[in-house]
Amino acid sequence: MKAIDIENIEITLLLDAIFNRYGYDFRHYARASIERRIRQLKGKSGCTTISEMIPKLLHDESFFQKFVREFSIPVTDMFRDPFVYQCIRKQVVPILKTHPFVKIWHAGCATGEEAYSLSILLKEENLYDRSTLFATDFNDTALDIAKKGIYALTNAKTFTANYQAAGGISSFSEYYHARYEAMALNNALKKNITFANHNLVTDSVFGEMHFILCRNVLIYFDKILQDRVLKLFSDSLVHGGILCLGTRESLKFSTIAEKFSIIDETARLYQKKAV
Amino acid sequence: MHSKQGHDMKKNGYKAIVMGVSAGGLAALSRLFSDLPEGFALPLIVVQHVHPTADRQIFDYFNSNCPLTVKEVEDKEKILAGYVYFAPPDYHLLVERDKTFSLSIDPRVTYSRPAIDVLFESAAYVWSSRLIGILLTGASSDGSRGMQLIKAHGGLTIAQDPATAEYPVMPQSAIDANAADKILSLDGIGKFLKTLSKTGYPDRQTKIQGQADFISDVET
Repeated sequence: MKAIDIENIEITLLLDAIFNRYGYDFRHYARASIERRIRQLKGKSGCTTISEMIPKLLHDESFFQKFVREFSIPVTDMFRDPFVYQCIRKQVVPILKTHPFVKIWHAGCATGEEAYSLSILLKEENLYDRSTLFATDFNDTALDIAKKGIYALTNAKTFTANYQAAGGISSFSEYYHARYEAMALNNALKKNITFANHNLVTDSVFGEMHFILCRNVLIYFDKILQDRVLKLFSDSLVHGGILCLGTRESLKFSTIAEKFSIIDETARLYQKKAV
Repeated sequence: MHSKQGHDMKKNGYKAIVMGVSAGGLAALSRLFSDLPEGFALPLIVVQHVHPTADRQIFDYFNSNCPLTVKEVEDKEKILAGYVYFAPPDYHLLVERDKTFSLSIDPRVTYSRPAIDVLFESAAYVWSSRLIGILLTGASSDGSRGMQLIKAHGGLTIAQDPATAEYPVMPQSAIDANAADKILSLDGIGKFLKTLSKTGYPDRQTKIQGQADFISDVET
Protein backbone atom coordinates (compact mmCIF):
# COMPACT_ATOMS: atom_id res chain seq x y z
CA MET A 1 0.00 0.00 0.00
CA LYS A 2 1.28 3.44 -0.91
CA ALA A 3 2.00 6.03 1.80
CA ILE A 4 -0.76 8.30 0.53
CA ASP A 5 -3.31 5.49 0.77
CA ILE A 6 -2.26 4.85 4.36
CA GLU A 7 -2.60 8.56 5.04
CA ASN A 8 -6.10 8.44 3.61
CA ILE A 9 -7.02 5.77 6.17
CA GLU A 10 -5.51 7.87 8.95
CA ILE A 11 -7.56 10.91 7.94
CA THR A 12 -10.76 8.88 7.87
CA LEU A 13 -9.99 7.54 11.36
CA LEU A 14 -9.19 11.01 12.65
CA LEU A 15 -12.46 12.47 11.35
CA ASP A 16 -14.39 9.54 12.86
CA ALA A 17 -12.64 10.10 16.20
CA ILE A 18 -13.58 13.80 16.24
CA PHE A 19 -17.19 13.02 15.38
CA ASN A 20 -17.55 10.31 18.02
CA ARG A 21 -15.77 12.28 20.72
CA TYR A 22 -17.04 15.82 20.13
CA GLY A 23 -19.95 15.59 17.69
CA TYR A 24 -18.31 17.81 15.07
CA ASP A 25 -18.87 16.11 11.74
CA PHE A 26 -16.25 16.88 9.11
CA ARG A 27 -16.68 13.55 7.36
CA HIS A 28 -18.52 15.07 4.41
CA TYR A 29 -16.26 18.04 3.98
CA ALA A 30 -14.45 18.29 0.64
CA ARG A 31 -11.45 16.13 1.32
CA ALA A 32 -8.63 18.01 -0.42
CA SER A 33 -8.94 21.17 1.71
CA ILE A 34 -9.38 19.24 4.92
CA GLU A 35 -6.37 17.03 4.18
CA ARG A 36 -4.28 20.09 3.53
CA ARG A 37 -5.23 21.62 6.87
CA ILE A 38 -4.69 18.38 8.76
CA ARG A 39 -1.22 18.04 7.24
CA GLN A 40 -0.41 21.60 8.31
CA LEU A 41 -1.64 20.98 11.85
CA LYS A 42 0.35 17.76 11.95
CA GLY A 43 3.47 19.79 11.23
CA LYS A 44 2.63 22.43 13.85
CA SER A 45 1.73 19.87 16.53
CA GLY A 46 5.03 18.03 16.16
CA CYS A 47 3.37 14.73 15.24
CA THR A 48 5.13 12.65 12.62
CA THR A 49 2.02 10.85 11.41
CA ILE A 50 -1.63 11.82 11.30
CA SER A 51 -2.59 8.84 13.43
CA GLU A 52 -0.36 10.24 16.19
CA MET A 53 -2.77 13.16 16.43
CA ILE A 54 -5.75 10.92 17.19
CA PRO A 55 -4.99 10.10 20.87
CA LYS A 56 -4.21 13.78 21.50
CA LEU A 57 -7.53 14.79 19.97
CA LEU A 58 -9.40 12.17 22.00
CA HIS A 59 -7.82 12.87 25.39
CA ASP A 60 -6.75 16.50 25.32
CA GLU A 61 -9.72 18.79 24.88
CA SER A 62 -7.57 21.90 24.62
CA PHE A 63 -5.71 20.30 21.71
CA PHE A 64 -9.05 19.71 20.02
CA GLN A 65 -10.15 23.31 20.63
CA LYS A 66 -6.95 24.54 19.04
CA PHE A 67 -7.52 22.13 16.18
CA VAL A 68 -11.04 23.38 15.45
CA ARG A 69 -9.93 26.98 15.73
CA GLU A 70 -7.23 26.60 13.14
CA PHE A 71 -9.28 24.22 11.13
CA SER A 72 -12.20 26.30 10.20
CA ILE A 73 -11.76 30.03 10.07
CA PRO A 74 -12.10 31.21 6.52
CA VAL A 75 -11.12 34.76 5.81
CA THR A 76 -13.46 37.12 4.09
CA ASP A 77 -13.79 40.81 3.34
CA MET A 78 -16.55 43.33 3.81
CA PHE A 79 -18.52 43.52 0.57
CA ARG A 80 -16.58 40.63 -0.96
CA ASP A 81 -17.66 40.42 -4.64
CA PRO A 82 -19.08 43.97 -4.71
CA PHE A 83 -21.27 43.24 -7.75
CA VAL A 84 -23.23 40.74 -5.67
CA TYR A 85 -24.15 43.48 -3.19
CA GLN A 86 -25.15 45.70 -6.09
CA CYS A 87 -27.49 42.95 -7.27
CA ILE A 88 -28.89 42.54 -3.77
CA ARG A 89 -29.55 46.28 -3.65
CA LYS A 90 -31.25 46.36 -7.03
CA GLN A 91 -33.04 43.03 -7.17
CA VAL A 92 -33.48 41.68 -3.65
CA VAL A 93 -34.22 44.81 -1.62
CA PRO A 94 -37.40 45.65 -3.62
CA ILE A 95 -38.73 42.16 -2.83
CA LEU A 96 -37.82 42.42 0.85
CA LYS A 97 -39.51 45.81 1.04
CA THR A 98 -42.88 44.16 0.36
CA HIS A 99 -42.71 42.53 3.80
CA PRO A 100 -43.73 44.36 7.00
CA PHE A 101 -40.72 42.84 8.75
CA VAL A 102 -37.75 40.97 7.31
CA LYS A 103 -35.95 37.92 8.66
CA ILE A 104 -32.51 37.24 7.24
CA TRP A 105 -30.18 34.32 7.94
CA HIS A 106 -26.52 34.65 7.17
CA ALA A 107 -25.32 31.04 7.45
CA GLY A 108 -21.60 30.47 7.95
CA CYS A 109 -20.90 34.08 8.83
CA ALA A 110 -17.36 33.29 10.09
CA THR A 111 -15.86 36.47 11.52
CA GLY A 112 -18.84 38.61 10.52
CA GLU A 113 -17.52 40.95 7.81
CA GLU A 114 -20.26 40.10 5.34
CA ALA A 115 -23.05 40.20 7.94
CA TYR A 116 -22.06 43.79 8.77
CA SER A 117 -21.87 44.57 5.06
CA LEU A 118 -25.50 43.55 4.81
CA SER A 119 -26.35 45.73 7.84
CA ILE A 120 -24.89 48.72 6.06
CA LEU A 121 -26.75 47.95 2.86
CA LEU A 122 -30.06 47.56 4.71
CA LYS A 123 -29.50 50.82 6.58
CA GLU A 124 -28.88 52.70 3.37
CA GLU A 125 -32.02 51.18 1.88
CA ASN A 126 -34.09 52.18 4.96
CA LEU A 127 -34.84 48.56 5.66
CA TYR A 128 -32.64 47.96 8.68
CA ASP A 129 -35.10 48.97 11.40
CA ARG A 130 -37.61 46.33 10.41
CA SER A 131 -35.02 43.63 9.76
CA THR A 132 -33.65 40.94 12.02
CA LEU A 133 -30.40 39.29 11.00
CA PHE A 134 -29.37 35.92 12.33
CA ALA A 135 -25.70 35.37 11.66
CA THR A 136 -24.56 31.87 12.50
CA ASP A 137 -21.42 29.81 12.49
CA PHE A 138 -20.34 26.62 14.25
CA ASN A 139 -17.01 28.10 15.25
CA ASP A 140 -17.22 30.02 18.56
CA THR A 141 -13.84 31.66 18.09
CA ALA A 142 -15.03 33.13 14.79
CA LEU A 143 -18.33 34.19 16.38
CA ASP A 144 -16.50 36.02 19.19
CA ILE A 145 -14.63 38.07 16.61
CA ALA A 146 -17.87 38.66 14.72
CA LYS A 147 -19.69 39.91 17.84
CA LYS A 148 -16.93 42.43 18.57
CA GLY A 149 -16.97 43.82 15.04
CA ILE A 150 -13.36 44.95 15.32
CA TYR A 151 -11.04 44.31 12.39
CA ALA A 152 -7.46 45.18 11.53
CA LEU A 153 -7.16 48.70 10.20
CA THR A 154 -5.04 47.35 7.35
CA ASN A 155 -8.33 46.13 5.85
CA ALA A 156 -9.78 49.65 5.59
CA LYS A 157 -8.51 50.29 2.09
CA THR A 158 -9.96 47.07 0.64
CA PHE A 159 -13.23 47.38 2.54
CA THR A 160 -13.66 51.00 1.40
CA ALA A 161 -12.97 50.15 -2.22
CA ASN A 162 -15.39 47.22 -2.05
CA TYR A 163 -18.05 49.38 -0.40
CA GLN A 164 -17.82 51.93 -3.18
CA ALA A 165 -17.86 49.29 -5.90
CA ALA A 166 -20.87 47.72 -4.18
CA GLY A 167 -22.89 50.90 -4.75
CA GLY A 168 -22.56 52.39 -1.26
CA ILE A 169 -24.37 55.74 -1.10
CA SER A 170 -22.53 57.23 1.85
CA SER A 171 -18.93 57.32 2.96
CA PHE A 172 -17.58 54.07 4.36
CA SER A 173 -15.63 55.94 7.06
CA GLU A 174 -18.95 56.85 8.69
CA TYR A 175 -19.45 53.24 9.72
CA TYR A 176 -16.34 52.77 11.85
CA HIS A 177 -13.87 54.58 14.00
CA ALA A 178 -10.19 53.86 13.85
CA ARG A 179 -8.36 53.24 17.10
CA TYR A 180 -4.67 52.35 17.13
CA GLU A 181 -4.34 49.63 14.51
CA ALA A 182 -7.99 48.59 14.58
CA MET A 183 -11.25 49.62 12.97
CA ALA A 184 -14.28 49.26 15.24
CA LEU A 185 -17.64 49.12 13.49
CA ASN A 186 -20.45 51.31 14.86
CA ASN A 187 -22.67 49.74 17.48
CA ALA A 188 -25.71 50.77 15.47
CA LEU A 189 -24.74 48.14 12.89
CA LYS A 190 -24.91 45.42 15.55
CA LYS A 191 -28.30 46.35 16.99
CA ASN A 192 -30.37 44.03 14.80
CA ILE A 193 -27.88 41.22 14.34
CA THR A 194 -28.03 38.14 16.53
CA PHE A 195 -24.86 36.08 16.34
CA ALA A 196 -25.52 32.45 17.28
CA ASN A 197 -23.90 29.06 17.10
CA HIS A 198 -25.46 26.83 14.46
CA ASN A 199 -23.88 23.87 12.71
CA LEU A 200 -25.09 23.36 9.15
CA VAL A 201 -23.95 19.75 9.23
CA THR A 202 -25.79 18.61 12.35
CA ASP A 203 -28.37 21.27 13.29
CA SER A 204 -31.78 21.74 11.75
CA VAL A 205 -34.05 24.28 10.09
CA PHE A 206 -33.89 27.96 10.97
CA GLY A 207 -37.50 28.90 10.32
CA GLU A 208 -39.46 31.28 8.06
CA MET A 209 -36.63 33.28 6.56
CA HIS A 210 -37.12 35.86 3.80
CA PHE A 211 -33.51 35.91 2.71
CA ILE A 212 -30.69 33.43 3.30
CA LEU A 213 -27.08 34.15 2.43
CA CYS A 214 -24.51 31.40 2.52
CA ARG A 215 -21.46 32.31 0.53
CA ASN A 216 -18.32 30.23 0.07
CA VAL A 217 -19.36 27.66 2.64
CA LEU A 218 -20.72 24.99 0.29
CA ILE A 219 -17.39 24.81 -1.54
CA TYR A 220 -15.98 23.20 1.61
CA PHE A 221 -18.56 20.39 1.50
CA ASP A 222 -18.86 17.29 -0.65
CA LYS A 223 -21.88 16.74 -2.93
CA ILE A 224 -23.83 14.80 -0.30
CA LEU A 225 -23.45 17.46 2.36
CA GLN A 226 -24.07 20.25 -0.15
CA ASP A 227 -27.40 18.67 -0.95
CA ARG A 228 -28.35 18.29 2.70
CA VAL A 229 -27.54 21.92 3.42
CA LEU A 230 -29.34 23.23 0.34
CA LYS A 231 -32.43 21.31 1.40
CA LEU A 232 -32.09 22.88 4.86
CA PHE A 233 -32.07 26.31 3.23
CA SER A 234 -35.05 25.49 1.04
CA ASP A 235 -37.01 24.33 4.11
CA SER A 236 -36.00 27.44 6.06
CA LEU A 237 -37.24 29.90 3.42
CA VAL A 238 -40.75 31.27 3.05
CA HIS A 239 -42.29 30.91 -0.41
CA GLY A 240 -40.83 33.70 -2.50
CA GLY A 241 -37.82 33.78 -0.17
CA ILE A 242 -34.38 34.42 -1.63
CA LEU A 243 -31.16 32.44 -1.47
CA CYS A 244 -27.72 33.87 -2.19
CA LEU A 245 -24.73 31.54 -2.68
CA GLY A 246 -21.05 32.20 -3.38
CA THR A 247 -20.12 33.20 -6.90
CA ARG A 248 -18.66 29.74 -7.64
CA GLU A 249 -21.48 27.80 -6.01
CA SER A 250 -24.64 26.82 -7.81
CA LEU A 251 -28.04 25.23 -7.39
CA LYS A 252 -27.69 23.78 -10.88
CA PHE A 253 -27.13 20.11 -10.08
CA SER A 254 -28.82 19.98 -6.68
CA THR A 255 -32.06 18.19 -5.85
CA ILE A 256 -33.77 21.47 -4.88
CA ALA A 257 -32.95 23.24 -8.15
CA GLU A 258 -36.48 22.87 -9.51
CA LYS A 259 -37.97 24.59 -6.48
CA PHE A 260 -36.13 27.81 -7.31
CA SER A 261 -36.11 30.34 -10.10
CA ILE A 262 -33.02 32.32 -11.01
CA ILE A 263 -32.90 36.02 -10.14
CA ASP A 264 -29.31 36.52 -11.23
CA GLU A 265 -27.07 33.61 -12.21
CA THR A 266 -23.78 35.52 -11.96
CA ALA A 267 -24.55 36.79 -8.46
CA ARG A 268 -26.03 33.36 -7.61
CA LEU A 269 -29.34 34.79 -6.43
CA TYR A 270 -32.29 32.41 -6.44
CA GLN A 271 -35.95 32.74 -5.43
CA LYS A 272 -38.02 29.94 -3.94
CA LYS A 273 -41.08 29.40 -6.12
CA ALA A 274 -44.55 30.08 -4.73
CA VAL A 275 -45.77 26.50 -4.85
CA MET B 1 -9.66 13.83 -35.40
CA HIS B 2 -10.78 14.67 -31.88
CA SER B 3 -13.55 17.15 -31.42
CA LYS B 4 -13.17 19.99 -28.93
CA GLN B 5 -15.05 18.28 -26.16
CA GLY B 6 -14.24 16.49 -22.95
CA HIS B 7 -13.71 12.78 -22.70
CA ASP B 8 -12.63 10.38 -20.00
CA MET B 9 -8.98 10.10 -19.26
CA LYS B 10 -6.82 7.32 -20.63
CA LYS B 11 -5.64 4.45 -18.47
CA ASN B 12 -1.82 4.39 -18.63
CA GLY B 13 1.04 6.84 -18.48
CA TYR B 14 0.65 10.46 -17.48
CA LYS B 15 -2.84 11.52 -16.43
CA ALA B 16 -2.69 15.26 -16.02
CA ILE B 17 -0.58 18.39 -16.25
CA VAL B 18 -0.63 21.16 -13.67
CA MET B 19 0.81 24.51 -14.64
CA GLY B 20 1.68 27.61 -12.64
CA VAL B 21 2.26 31.05 -14.09
CA SER B 22 2.40 34.59 -12.76
CA ALA B 23 3.79 37.83 -14.17
CA GLY B 24 4.35 37.54 -17.91
CA GLY B 25 1.82 34.74 -18.12
CA LEU B 26 -0.31 36.03 -20.93
CA ALA B 27 2.29 35.78 -23.66
CA ALA B 28 3.68 32.49 -22.32
CA LEU B 29 0.27 30.83 -22.13
CA SER B 30 -0.83 32.07 -25.57
CA ARG B 31 2.30 30.59 -27.03
CA LEU B 32 1.95 27.23 -25.26
CA PHE B 33 -1.76 26.85 -26.01
CA SER B 34 -1.26 27.45 -29.71
CA ASP B 35 1.53 24.85 -29.68
CA LEU B 36 -0.69 22.11 -28.23
CA PRO B 37 -1.40 19.31 -30.69
CA GLU B 38 -4.96 18.45 -31.78
CA GLY B 39 -6.57 15.88 -29.54
CA PHE B 40 -4.11 16.40 -26.69
CA ALA B 41 -5.35 13.81 -24.21
CA LEU B 42 -4.29 15.20 -20.82
CA PRO B 43 -6.30 17.76 -18.88
CA LEU B 44 -4.23 20.91 -18.36
CA ILE B 45 -4.91 22.61 -15.04
CA VAL B 46 -3.62 26.15 -14.65
CA VAL B 47 -3.16 28.50 -11.74
CA GLN B 48 -2.41 31.99 -12.99
CA HIS B 49 -1.93 34.77 -10.47
CA VAL B 50 -4.49 37.42 -11.35
CA HIS B 51 -6.25 40.28 -9.58
CA PRO B 52 -9.36 39.15 -7.64
CA THR B 53 -11.65 41.09 -9.97
CA ALA B 54 -9.89 40.09 -13.19
CA ASP B 55 -12.34 39.50 -16.00
CA ARG B 56 -11.61 36.54 -18.18
CA GLN B 57 -12.39 37.81 -21.67
CA ILE B 58 -8.93 36.54 -22.48
CA PHE B 59 -10.47 33.05 -22.52
CA ASP B 60 -12.22 33.92 -25.80
CA TYR B 61 -8.85 34.67 -27.28
CA PHE B 62 -7.27 31.53 -25.79
CA ASN B 63 -10.15 29.43 -27.12
CA SER B 64 -9.69 30.69 -30.64
CA ASN B 65 -6.02 29.69 -30.51
CA CYS B 66 -6.09 26.41 -28.59
CA PRO B 67 -7.25 22.97 -29.73
CA LEU B 68 -8.61 22.30 -26.24
CA THR B 69 -11.53 24.07 -24.56
CA VAL B 70 -10.30 26.74 -22.14
CA LYS B 71 -12.56 27.40 -19.18
CA GLU B 72 -12.74 28.51 -15.56
CA VAL B 73 -13.43 25.80 -12.99
CA GLU B 74 -16.82 25.35 -11.32
CA ASP B 75 -16.93 23.84 -7.84
CA LYS B 76 -17.11 19.99 -7.92
CA GLU B 77 -16.60 19.88 -11.67
CA LYS B 78 -15.35 16.55 -13.04
CA ILE B 79 -11.87 16.70 -14.57
CA LEU B 80 -11.88 15.61 -18.22
CA ALA B 81 -9.30 15.40 -20.96
CA GLY B 82 -9.80 17.93 -23.72
CA TYR B 83 -9.95 20.88 -21.37
CA VAL B 84 -7.67 23.57 -20.09
CA TYR B 85 -8.95 24.52 -16.64
CA PHE B 86 -8.18 27.81 -14.89
CA ALA B 87 -8.53 28.50 -11.17
CA PRO B 88 -11.11 31.25 -10.61
CA PRO B 89 -9.65 34.55 -9.35
CA ASP B 90 -9.50 34.76 -5.52
CA TYR B 91 -10.10 31.02 -4.96
CA HIS B 92 -7.63 28.24 -4.32
CA LEU B 93 -8.08 25.29 -6.68
CA LEU B 94 -7.67 21.73 -5.40
CA VAL B 95 -7.95 18.27 -6.94
CA GLU B 96 -9.99 15.59 -5.17
CA ARG B 97 -9.26 11.85 -5.23
CA ASP B 98 -12.37 11.23 -7.34
CA LYS B 99 -10.88 13.52 -10.04
CA THR B 100 -13.17 16.44 -9.39
CA PHE B 101 -12.19 19.97 -8.44
CA SER B 102 -12.90 21.77 -5.22
CA LEU B 103 -12.37 25.41 -4.38
CA SER B 104 -11.48 27.17 -1.16
CA ILE B 105 -11.09 30.67 0.22
CA ASP B 106 -8.44 29.60 2.73
CA PRO B 107 -5.83 32.26 3.48
CA ARG B 108 -3.37 33.26 0.79
CA VAL B 109 -0.32 31.05 0.38
CA THR B 110 2.90 32.85 -0.61
CA TYR B 111 0.75 36.01 -0.87
CA SER B 112 -1.40 34.35 -3.51
CA ARG B 113 -4.93 33.06 -3.95
CA PRO B 114 -5.16 31.04 -6.08
CA ALA B 115 -1.76 29.64 -5.09
CA ILE B 116 0.24 27.38 -7.38
CA ASP B 117 1.50 25.40 -4.37
CA VAL B 118 -2.04 24.52 -3.27
CA LEU B 119 -2.98 23.10 -6.68
CA PHE B 120 0.34 21.30 -7.19
CA GLU B 121 0.31 19.71 -3.74
CA SER B 122 -3.25 18.43 -3.94
CA ALA B 123 -2.66 17.12 -7.48
CA ALA B 124 0.53 15.36 -6.37
CA TYR B 125 -1.42 13.46 -3.72
CA VAL B 126 -3.99 12.37 -6.31
CA TRP B 127 -1.86 11.52 -9.35
CA SER B 128 1.55 10.95 -7.73
CA SER B 129 3.96 9.70 -10.44
CA ARG B 130 1.35 10.16 -13.18
CA LEU B 131 1.54 13.95 -12.94
CA ILE B 132 3.54 16.58 -14.80
CA GLY B 133 4.11 19.97 -13.16
CA ILE B 134 5.17 22.93 -15.28
CA LEU B 135 6.26 26.23 -13.77
CA LEU B 136 6.48 29.26 -16.04
CA THR B 137 7.38 32.93 -15.86
CA GLY B 138 6.67 34.89 -12.68
CA ALA B 139 8.04 37.24 -10.03
CA SER B 140 7.01 35.11 -7.06
CA SER B 141 8.36 32.05 -5.26
CA ASP B 142 4.96 30.32 -5.38
CA GLY B 143 5.14 26.88 -6.95
CA SER B 144 8.53 25.75 -5.65
CA ARG B 145 7.08 23.73 -2.78
CA GLY B 146 4.50 22.18 -5.06
CA MET B 147 7.15 21.22 -7.61
CA GLN B 148 9.20 19.61 -4.82
CA LEU B 149 6.20 17.57 -3.77
CA ILE B 150 5.38 16.44 -7.32
CA LYS B 151 8.98 15.37 -7.70
CA ALA B 152 8.95 13.57 -4.34
CA HIS B 153 5.91 11.62 -5.50
CA GLY B 154 7.75 10.53 -8.66
CA GLY B 155 6.04 12.94 -11.03
CA LEU B 156 7.84 14.96 -13.69
CA THR B 157 8.65 18.63 -13.10
CA ILE B 158 9.56 21.17 -15.76
CA ALA B 159 10.66 24.73 -15.11
CA GLN B 160 10.77 27.33 -17.85
CA ASP B 161 14.37 28.26 -18.54
CA PRO B 162 14.76 31.50 -16.53
CA ALA B 163 16.96 32.94 -19.28
CA THR B 164 13.97 32.77 -21.64
CA ALA B 165 11.27 33.77 -19.12
CA GLU B 166 9.79 37.26 -19.09
CA TYR B 167 10.13 37.15 -15.27
CA PRO B 168 12.78 34.61 -14.21
CA VAL B 169 12.23 34.62 -10.41
CA MET B 170 9.56 31.94 -10.18
CA PRO B 171 11.13 29.19 -12.30
CA GLN B 172 14.56 30.08 -10.86
CA SER B 173 13.23 29.62 -7.35
CA ALA B 174 12.06 26.08 -8.19
CA ILE B 175 15.41 25.31 -9.82
CA ASP B 176 17.25 26.60 -6.74
CA ALA B 177 15.08 24.34 -4.59
CA ASN B 178 16.25 21.45 -6.74
CA ALA B 179 12.65 20.85 -7.75
CA ALA B 180 12.95 20.87 -11.55
CA ASP B 181 13.66 17.66 -13.50
CA LYS B 182 13.84 19.56 -16.78
CA ILE B 183 14.63 23.16 -17.63
CA LEU B 184 13.19 24.06 -21.02
CA SER B 185 12.40 27.12 -23.11
CA LEU B 186 8.76 27.68 -24.08
CA ASP B 187 9.69 26.26 -27.44
CA GLY B 188 11.15 23.20 -25.72
CA ILE B 189 8.03 22.74 -23.59
CA GLY B 190 5.87 22.93 -26.71
CA LYS B 191 7.98 20.28 -28.43
CA PHE B 192 7.91 18.11 -25.32
CA LEU B 193 4.11 18.20 -25.21
CA LYS B 194 3.91 17.30 -28.90
CA THR B 195 6.23 14.32 -28.45
CA LEU B 196 4.32 13.28 -25.35
CA SER B 197 1.11 13.24 -27.37
CA LYS B 198 2.68 11.34 -30.28
CA THR B 199 4.13 8.60 -28.06
CA GLY B 200 0.97 7.98 -26.00
CA TYR B 201 1.98 9.91 -22.85
CA PRO B 202 4.33 7.27 -21.36
CA ASP B 203 5.47 8.11 -17.85
CA ARG B 204 8.79 6.99 -16.46
CA GLN B 205 7.27 3.98 -14.71
CA THR B 206 5.35 2.64 -17.70
CA LYS B 207 7.90 2.80 -20.46
CA ILE B 208 6.77 0.86 -23.47
CA GLN B 209 9.15 -1.95 -24.40
CA GLY B 210 11.57 -1.04 -27.10
CA GLN B 211 10.49 2.56 -27.18
CA ALA B 212 13.09 5.23 -26.58
CA ASP B 213 12.75 6.92 -23.23
CA PHE B 214 12.21 10.34 -24.69
CA ILE B 215 11.63 11.94 -21.30
CA SER B 216 15.24 11.27 -20.31
CA ASP B 217 16.35 12.31 -23.77
CA VAL B 218 14.74 15.73 -23.71
CA GLU B 219 17.56 18.23 -23.76
CA THR B 220 17.73 20.35 -20.67
